[in-house]
Amino acid sequence: MKSAVVLLPGLNRDRDMIAALTKISGKAPVTVWQTDTDIPDVDLIVIPGGFSYGDYLRCGAIAARMPVLKAVAEKAAKGVQVIGVCNGFQILVEAGLLPGALMRNTSLKFVCREVKLQVTNANTAFTRGYTQNQIIRCPVAHHDGNYFADTDTLSRLEGEGQVVFRYAEGTNPNGSLNDIAGIVSKDGNVLGMMPHPENLIEAAHGGSDGRALFESALGLKTAA
Amino acid sequence: MTIQNDVPITAELIKAHGLKPDEYQRILDLVGREPTFTELGIFSAMWNEHCSYKSSKKWLKTLPTRGERVIQGPGENAGVVDIGDGDCVVFKMESHNHPSYIEPYQGAATGVGGILRDVFTMGARPVAAMNALRFGAPDHPKTRHLVSGVVSGVGGYGNSFGVPTVGGEVNFDPRYNGNILVNAFAAGLAKTDAIFLSEAKGVGLPVVYLGAKTGRDGVGGATMASAEFDDKIEEKRPTVQVGDPFTEKCLLEACLELMASGAVIAIQDMGAAGLTCSAVEMGAKGDLGIELDLDRVPVREERMSAYEMMLSESQERMLMVLKPEKEEEAEAIFRKWGLDFAIVGKTTDDLRFRILHQGQEVANLPIKDLGDQAPEYDRPWTEPTPRAPLAKDDIPQADVADALLKLLGGPDLSSRRWVWEQYDTMIQGNSLQRPGGDGGVVRVEGHDTKALAFSSDVTPRYCEADPFEGGKQAVAECWRNLTATGALPLAATDNLNFGNPERPEIMGQLVKAIQGIGEACRALDFPIVSGNVSLYNETNGQGILPTPTIGGVGLIDDWAKMARSGFAAEGEMILLVGAPDWWGTHLAQSIYMRDLHGRTDGPPPPVDLAHERKVGDYVRKLIRSGVATAVHDVSDGGLGVALAEMAMASGIGATVNQLNNGDPIPQFFGEDQGRYLVTLNIDPQGEDFNAMLAEQKQLGIFAPWIGSTGGTALKLGEARAIAVADLKAAHEGWFPAFMAGELAS
Amino acid sequence: MIKARVIVTLKNGVLDPQGKAIEGALGGLGFDGVGSVRQGKVFDVELSSTDAANAEAEIKAMCDKLLANTVIENYSVTLI
Repeated sequence: MKSAVVLLPGLNRDRDMIAALTKISGKAPVTVWQTDTDIPDVDLIVIPGGFSYGDYLRCGAIAARMPVLKAVAEKAAKGVQVIGVCNGFQILVEAGLLPGALMRNTSLKFVCREVKLQVTNANTAFTRGYTQNQIIRCPVAHHDGNYFADTDTLSRLEGEGQVVFRYAEGTNPNGSLNDIAGIVSKDGNVLGMMPHPENLIEAAHGGSDGRALFESALGLKTAA
Repeated sequence: MTIQNDVPITAELIKAHGLKPDEYQRILDLVGREPTFTELGIFSAMWNEHCSYKSSKKWLKTLPTRGERVIQGPGENAGVVDIGDGDCVVFKMESHNHPSYIEPYQGAATGVGGILRDVFTMGARPVAAMNALRFGAPDHPKTRHLVSGVVSGVGGYGNSFGVPTVGGEVNFDPRYNGNILVNAFAAGLAKTDAIFLSEAKGVGLPVVYLGAKTGRDGVGGATMASAEFDDKIEEKRPTVQVGDPFTEKCLLEACLELMASGAVIAIQDMGAAGLTCSAVEMGAKGDLGIELDLDRVPVREERMSAYEMMLSESQERMLMVLKPEKEEEAEAIFRKWGLDFAIVGKTTDDLRFRILHQGQEVANLPIKDLGDQAPEYDRPWTEPTPRAPLAKDDIPQADVADALLKLLGGPDLSSRRWVWEQYDTMIQGNSLQRPGGDGGVVRVEGHDTKALAFSSDVTPRYCEADPFEGGKQAVAECWRNLTATGALPLAATDNLNFGNPERPEIMGQLVKAIQGIGEACRALDFPIVSGNVSLYNETNGQGILPTPTIGGVGLIDDWAKMARSGFAAEGEMILLVGAPDWWGTHLAQSIYMRDLHGRTDGPPPPVDLAHERKVGDYVRKLIRSGVATAVHDVSDGGLGVALAEMAMASGIGATVNQLNNGDPIPQFFGEDQGRYLVTLNIDPQGEDFNAMLAEQKQLGIFAPWIGSTGGTALKLGEARAIAVADLKAAHEGWFPAFMAGELAS
Repeated sequence: MIKARVIVTLKNGVLDPQGKAIEGALGGLGFDGVGSVRQGKVFDVELSSTDAANAEAEIKAMCDKLLANTVIENYSVTLI
């Protein structure tokens, strides 16, 4: 399967993401730039983390209005898988590809640490490599990861199984509603998550719990 | 109001520029006429302490700066050291003390931005950062505000830029009440055949300005960094620069792309005294003149004068000399990243520094003299008075378990998690050891086994008690921390923070500390390849503790064999490698004496450099052979604290014996130097262990087997056992409680 | 030229951690009786247009498209 990574000025975990995808799939992803209006034929598009456009105005707000995001939305509408991690999640939310908003952490501080995630829906293209309710380790590193949605949206997300990752064992680092760490779109082909699975894929990272996510999305793993 | 160039030069104005009458006379002699207002500003920027090192140069020259692996020593934006396979590490540490006291968030942020720029200006992609921070007493009314601002500023910039912070220091002492220290370190990786320097080459070539626009921020910043504080400090706020990590990240990518295109002849970042320092440096180093046309400088404020433009310290700006045939390609790269790009001048063959503004020549100075002819002082200094050692029987007592808990839960030894969790420590995916251990370790991207270790160290209270030994100790501890990961220490950067050098006793501290640093660096083959001096850290006549921070870099050949500080398994033997007969003996200047008994008398523990090297080389060998399972250096707080740190890092306890018929206090809390705790996975009855003992004997290294790992508590000799969970609670509790204002002052 | 001021505030019911922190700090400084603090943003925008009605419509479009995140924020526009 082929993948693409979206590059925007100010993103800074692009190299981490490219390295992870390359190591896991054996093939370097193609990259697309902020002004590209056309994305090559790929099965997976990833928007990595960072501080696109300095996170000025609101996290992800300016990125969400760039031409390349329009192209991402078109691909998503056709069923191409899209993952947004950290700033990528914020961008997807600002672009309207996922519901809700990501607000300042309740601590008001940037937080970088390892948390526990519960896989609350292992029946998606991104999580089928895990078992239902499996607890995995995953690092977080963000200032604005506090997931918010109005009550209706929230109950719809919960009801439809769109919440796929939840902070577990009291490790919610940011005050997210319902301990939400990651959600998928209604059609299930767009995933947004604050934690960084790309930073936990090999021995040098001290674990590889994040690997199954990319293996699932790249079709390398279809069951746990 | 715009400042014009025809301001009359009065004695008062000269003084306001930090120039002494004899210095001004020197300017008159050099120029042969009265300088213009802009010229006065240029001289003041080039000749202040921060840029010219006029008080320290004589002594800095005595430091060892060369070595087999050193590619570039001091004098460029950063030092460069060969790590093999065509790769090199580029690094430096620099202070941003004064600005951080005035505006902690922006001061710290721009400090981080400045040091990152120093590194990528040389062609390196930054891969690691550290920050050595010193604050005033925890109960001082400004301290919490400063800690909070500095930490979020460091994080705000570094996290956004995208470099992992892998180490650093945070300490408190009332002597920093009026002058905090923010020493920022950065390291990057480059190819040895693609290092970029500031030396301009070729006459008539375009001098190109790129990066952010120029504003009035920081006008006179370098002059401020060379002045003492007084009660009017609040008035100095307007000179604070504001950092923009987003622009800097774009600048990094653009610079690296531009360098790869082959367009860059010379490059210099605009740091202190911005356009002035960078242009003079490029010209003077290349034996060329520089002509600048200020009308072409991108500005973001209206009606800026030549004086303001030349002294602005707006951040995220670079000056380059480019190959003319590549100009278009270069411009396209900068447009892609949304950065300003302008040809603002040219190189000339007349060795003049000429500034044009609105059709007028506002400055015309001899470029070489601006740097080379800066005043250099041999300031009078006095030999520090040696402290008398403590009497043999002067061993103030305390319950060992209680004392340990108090130390672990105190300001200086408690966990810094509150701080480093605000820094991105994992970005780039190469962090093998994050803050909290002996040194930060980052693997070398593109290489299967290699990694770099980083550590930043100094013990200011030792330096205060004996600057020479303190200087030695700072180097030795850094070297030791690198060694404890299994790294071979390669080279170091020094960031020398002192008070007012015009006072002979302060100058004496500086001189002796540099001598101590030099002696240790020579003995340990650990050259100084870059550095920075920050003087006048004084408020109302009270200087800071002398604080020569040492930032070191080491090379690990195979990170699979690197050592960590947490106990690795239960039932392993613990050796105290490099111990004196009584394991620990030296209590004077220990944290135990200071925090348990309020005593700061006596000399610091001496460093025996030959012993240090012998023990370190041996420990590194143990790590690389794979027999050592965990390693930790013994420093602040002594053996008891080091053991507790190993236990807390793993959750595994330990039982440690106690020598008979003697006092456990110096054993557990003495701060003797050159010691490591090493755990082994080895059969004590087996041949390998006997061979090890024989080798230790032959080398003359005492490495007593002091106890074993296991259980969930730490038991030190006869003292009551403390659950590791209780150690952790004490250790983790102090910082969050302090910052929440929950500690009784 | 027309100048407009846009004020963006959080919708009711959306948690505002920054506002809460400011509220606490004000209490700490001895300002009693502070009921609640909500933090917002102000944008001053200059338009070359001279038609007030058009300008206002344009600014509102800017708010909907970029300046405010209408999932969590309200905005108001004043021509000045």
